[in-house]
Amino acid sequence: MLEGLKEFASEFFVTGDPLIYGAMVAIGITMITIVAVLTYFKKWGWLWRNWLTTVDHKKIGIMYIIASIIMLFRGGVDALMMRLQLAMPNNEFLNPEHYNQVFTTHGTIMILFMAMPFMFGLFNVIVPLQIGARDVAFPFLNALSFWLFFLGAMLFNLSFVIGGSPDAGWLSYPPLSELSHSPGVGQNFYIWGIQISGIGSLATGINFLVTIIKMRAPGMRWMKMPMFTWSVFSTCIIILFAFPILTVTLALLFLDRFAGAHFFTLDLGGNPMMYINLIWMWGHPEVYIVVLPAFGVFSEIVSTFSRKKLFGYKSMVFAMLIISFLSFFTWAHHFFTMGSGADVNAFFAVTTMLIAIPTGVKIFNWLFTMYRGRIRMATPMMWTLAFIPCFIVGGMTGVLLSVAPADFQFHNSYFLIAHFHQVLIGGVVFGYFAGLYYWWPKMFGFQLEEKLGKWAFWTWNIGFYVCFMPQYAVGLMGMTRRLSTYGWDTGWWELNFVSTIGAFLMGVGFLFQVAQIADGIRKYKSLKASADPWDGRTLEWSIPSPAPEYNFAITPRGDDIDEWWEEKERRAKGIYPPEQPLEPIHMPKNSGIPFIMSVFWFIAGFGFVFGWLWMAILGLAGVGICMIARSFSYDTDYYIPVDEIKRTEASLRGSV
Amino acid sequence: MAQAAAKHGENHAHGHDHGHHDPQEMKILGFWFFLISDVILFSVLFATFIVLRDNTAGGPILSELIKMPGVIAETFILLTSSFTSGLAVLAMNQGKVKQLISWLAVTAVLGASFIALEVYEFIELIHEGFSFTTSAASGAFFTLVGTHGLHVSLGLIWMIGLMLQLKKRGITDVTRGKINVISLYWHFLDVVWIFLLSIVYLLGVM
Ligand code: HEM
Ligand SMILES: [Cu+2]
Repeated sequence: MLEGLKEFASEFFVTGDPLIYGAMVAIGITMITIVAVLTYFKKWGWLWRNWLTTVDHKKIGIMYIIASIIMLFRGGVDALMMRLQLAMPNNEFLNPEHYNQVFTTHGTIMILFMAMPFMFGLFNVIVPLQIGARDVAFPFLNALSFWLFFLGAMLFNLSFVIGGSPDAGWLSYPPLSELSHSPGVGQNFYIWGIQISGIGSLATGINFLVTIIKMRAPGMRWMKMPMFTWSVFSTCIIILFAFPILTVTLALLFLDRFAGAHFFTLDLGGNPMMYINLIWMWGHPEVYIVVLPAFGVFSEIVSTFSRKKLFGYKSMVFAMLIISFLSFFTWAHHFFTMGSGADVNAFFAVTTMLIAIPTGVKIFNWLFTMYRGRIRMATPMMWTLAFIPCFIVGGMTGVLLSVAPADFQFHNSYFLIAHFHQVLIGGVVFGYFAGLYYWWPKMFGFQLEEKLGKWAFWTWNIGFYVCFMPQYAVGLMGMTRRLSTYGWDTGWWELNFVSTIGAFLMGVGFLFQVAQIADGIRKYKSLKASADPWDGRTLEWSIPSPAPEYNFAITPRGDDIDEWWEEKERRAKGIYPPEQPLEPIHMPKNSGIPFIMSVFWFIAGFGFVFGWLWMAILGLAGVGICMIARSFSYDTDYYIPVDEIKRTEASLRGSV
Repeated sequence: MAQAAAKHGENHAHGHDHGHHDPQEMKILGFWFFLISDVILFSVLFATFIVLRDNTAGGPILSELIKMPGVIAETFILLTSSFTSGLAVLAMNQGKVKQLISWLAVTAVLGASFIALEVYEFIELIHEGFSFTTSAASGAFFTLVGTHGLHVSLGLIWMIGLMLQLKKRGITDVTRGKINVISLYWHFLDVVWIFLLSIVYLLGVM
């Protein structure tokens, strides 16, 4: 009995590495602390009512962003571990097997559990406010999307201490990811973690498409929509077409591993190349999914902080739509070297290069917007400015990679690693940081102090170049990616050492940001933000900070791209909008079903990971019951009465 | 917080607040987007099937095992069920609850017979040595056709749930929206089946 238990535990829990024991203890202590604190302060009810069951898009957005920053920390620690390992030749900090797990979890977490939720967080907080809506189209579904993402991410992270992490790279190419080469449970964690959160992402895409199509304020025609909203719209179109591909691809891989199918195996007719095509048909558009909203953020910020209308609005919109279309025709540039033949390679090389054109249009538009503007150097603007040179360099190295013959040299080298980090960090992460700083007062009702923010900015930026510029060089010298160690005779160590210093500088930058936020929370009463702290241009700045739960007491109009700016000009001339009577506001009720249903998904996923069919069936049955319960509930909304709106508005606006 | 009790859902109070969006209309649009994603899902499965269908690894070949009469019966049943789901919507538009429920019941029975025939067909194939794990081709076949079957089965559970709701609540704005959505879904499954019939079965035997 005891022996059996011991054997089970030794397979179930990951053992044998001090780093993992450390993590287990840390996780244990954190959990106990959270439970103790919630119980001591009697906060369970508060947590349940205000957060776990909320359908308020602003709160959901905040939860997305918090989860994403925690994941940035986890992915960042992975990155630092890798850089430590590579700082010196013949290092023995991480053994090759562990190194494989670390780069796999780092890549997966950064893209799917950091960038995606950060982006969804910004969607949630801002889009309804920008289009003058009270909510998203399907608030219940929105909450469900969040919890699916969150529990999917938790399932993925669990692999670290239970069962073992995946180690076949962030896209899990077969045959490495097949049972024959990865017999452990790590790949199953990968599949189900992504699958569960992926369903949530698809639902979010649909939700925001309908929101933007149907819920814009009266007067807001398509070509009057704020730029961030446009970027969300084009992103959601890509999500709608790309995410089902991911769902099927992972499902087929799972059928291979779990049910003995032969889609991608090496025997009985399987075709691994089929997987590589499919995963990149999702994977390449995915890159644009995460970067387009950042473009939207930059457009808002450039125009606000230059106090000018965005230059070339229409060309910006078309550029974005063209990018979302083209993104589906470039996937094969990820495997030029895998024998597709010259014609196919040429086609994909050309489509890849074409994307540089609309991207270039956007960059010129931002520059022209700044030209002769009255520029203010607040932190959101600084991140935007830092993005531009970074993205130009990253984009140019990308064009180099898209030259198919040249790619035979660059393929899977550190040159590639430097390129994609330059666009992912310089474009995506900087963009979301800019957005977070920009909309922070709208989310939380107070301003962050700029001083620590500027320290964070400079350490991040200097660290970035110190880290990744040497990698281009070391890549050209022949260092390949996913390499866990190298010898003194290669001549790579100086560059690697410098690169590691840069990585740690970025880590310091992150700590500055944490300090800045902590400091802001401590002093938040004295940092109270006005409704319109940046002298903004779009509708979200017309309502108090933070926004009340119903957003707009009176439905606004959206006749101009910079509606709020125009409104301020009109008011300055003494033209006020006619008084409108308040009316009761229709709101969705909170619901515990999204949370509970996602927990059942988690249980089902966990069952599938370990091949415990009883548990998987139990979980799926729970999911089904939740769906039926939802279908049968009719009492899902309520009205906020007029006097309550009056009270809220008075207290938020100071009796205006 | 004073939550004003809303006499909602049953008789949707239109024009209650300005800029209020018709929820049923939004649901239908959302459902169309869901269908687009489902089209992509099936397209990937079709593509996989087409790429892998000849990779039988020396095992049995699907085209030699297909029994067309069974497939034609399935087709006929599913098309009829799509027609009866249309009749259900017609009855709903005339406000006849009883008729609506009966037509839904007929649709559900037809759907269930379709599933039964399909399961029978699968069992036959497995007997012939063409099972899920035999080869890449067999796995692709069962996954593609099975995914459609799974869609139909889920639709059946959903339909039964809706019949219960109709019994209890009659035809309201909300139930009307739900029936519109499921009939859209049902027609969609029909269209997918037509593609299955042509690409998997007809092209298979020809
Ligand atoms: C914050 C600083 C970061 C550092 C220092 C860093 C460092 C690294 C390193 C050392 C590798 C492994 C290279 C190899 O051995 O193959 C890697 C891989 C990768 N990183 Fe990062 N990274 C950072 C941020 C990010 C971000 C923000 C993203 C995405 C949004 C990202 C996405 C990836 C991906 C997708 C891989 C490939 C994983 C694989 O090979 O499967 N990284 N990174
Ligand atoms: Cu690509």
